[in-house]
Amino acid sequence: MQSLTNRSKVVVNKKMSFMEKIYLPEIAKGMMITLRHLFKKKVTIKYPEQKRPVAPVWRGWHVLKRDELGRENCTACGLCAVACPAEAITMTAAERKPGEENLFREEKYAAVYEINMLRCIFCGLCEEACPKEAIFLTDRNVPVDLLRDDFIFGKDKLLEGVQPEKRIDISVRARAHRQIEN
Amino acid sequence: MEYSELIFKIIFVIAVFAVSLLIAMYSTYAERKIAAFMQDRIGPDRAGPFGILQPLADGVKMFMKEEIIPSHADKVLFILGPSLMMLTACMTGVVIPWGNSLIINGQEYIMQITDVNIGILYIFAVVSIGVYGIMIGGWASNNKYSLLGAIRATSQMISYELAMGMAIISLVMMTGTLSLREIVLQQPGAHWNVFYQPLGFLIFLVCAFAETNRTPFDLPECETELVGGYHTEYSSMKLGFYLFAEYINMFISSAVIATLYFGGFNMPFVAGLGLSHNTLAVLGVVFFFAKIFFFIFFFMWVRWTIPRFRYDQLMNLGWKVMIPLSIVNLLLTGLVLLWRNGLFHF
Repeated sequence: MQSLTNRSKVVVNKKMSFMEKIYLPEIAKGMMITLRHLFKKKVTIKYPEQKRPVAPVWRGWHVLKRDELGRENCTACGLCAVACPAEAITMTAAERKPGEENLFREEKYAAVYEINMLRCIFCGLCEEACPKEAIFLTDRNVPVDLLRDDFIFGKDKLLEGVQPEKRIDISVRARAHRQIEN
Repeated sequence: MEYSELIFKIIFVIAVFAVSLLIAMYSTYAERKIAAFMQDRIGPDRAGPFGILQPLADGVKMFMKEEIIPSHADKVLFILGPSLMMLTACMTGVVIPWGNSLIINGQEYIMQITDVNIGILYIFAVVSIGVYGIMIGGWASNNKYSLLGAIRATSQMISYELAMGMAIISLVMMTGTLSLREIVLQQPGAHWNVFYQPLGFLIFLVCAFAETNRTPFDLPECETELVGGYHTEYSSMKLGFYLFAEYINMFISSAVIATLYFGGFNMPFVAGLGLSHNTLAVLGVVFFFAKIFFFIFFFMWVRWTIPRFRYDQLMNLGWKVMIPLSIVNLLLTGLVLLWRNGLFHF
């Protein structure tokens, strides 16, 4: 069988030679290795301050988009929930009342929209399934938390804001995908 | 004893106590940092700049934890175990000569708490009592893992103390004294005992690792087989005492190695500089601590390099290698001494 790396060694249960039996030369060899590592560049990424560089197509924390007038795109059709292989998405639909036209784009909207972030596998199928361009995966990390319940993200954590500075940029992935397709 | 000397001694005792606690505290930090660096990580860096407040945070955590005494445990012995361990760890620093003497107002103050003329013997005696701390703790826990860990610790310490003792006997034969201060004074400049007793030093070093339960001899707290070893049932500050005592022991062992084999507070290349007595003494203390820190680093360096021995390997090494080697060393030393004293007339 061809090995994946050229570092593999065949293990043999041979008797130790005299030099190996007195341990000290081998220990000294090992200690030189650890000493070298003492001065090597560290691989640690100090997470909250520093983030691991990711590919432009990397998929993270979802966002529910609004249109340019600030109305929610989502119509609670449920296609994302059907598409989701991890069954992480649930929603409750509601009918738009008169006077709410500035909040929701169409007559039906999601009153409750929840994604269980512990179930989600960030495959991006919800995004592909969505006919209304309402849900996208962004390049943001899902923040850490202490309780499982706090990982069920509702609309408060998923929906972007109305004001221009609260909008969430999804162009990085979109551009990368366009580049790949061309 | 004069009044001023008494005050000096009291201050010195407190200083030694405080310093050994401080160094033990920061050894925990150093251990974590060194472990991290050797594994290409950064290590604790959140508490204070570079994480230097980490030991304080750890201490607070230890104190805040719930104090659990198992219902089947023997309460008196359960508390006695860690106390004894801590007590013996703190007692050994008494006979170490931390520095030469200071001359203040024409009076000489020796930088040593007490110069017992059987200093080495005293250290050995106290360290041996330390075994009781582990054994009593392991027994009182009423838990099979604790007891197994304690038995391992005891048999390991007894096995390696023999070889250690014989390595020391060769040294004592050479120096002709048991007083640690005199042994240090016999090694001026760079005439360190390690150059005359290399084999003895090696044996002593290996046994020091075994005595302090450090890797590769840390079988008493072998997590893979014994859950936690002799302190499985301990929690809160009682566990803290056990862990802390280990670091004090490591500090004292380093000090003893530096004293016996590396010239203690002696330093090379300063005899010709014409410095005053007090400056030399202070420099000597600094140099002594540099040696101690090197050995503490060495202890940690070994720990993060090699895995632990299997129990039979440990016993083989102790009885079939270390003890014969130390006997050979004893014989060689004796022969050389006889030859040097001109007792061979052929």
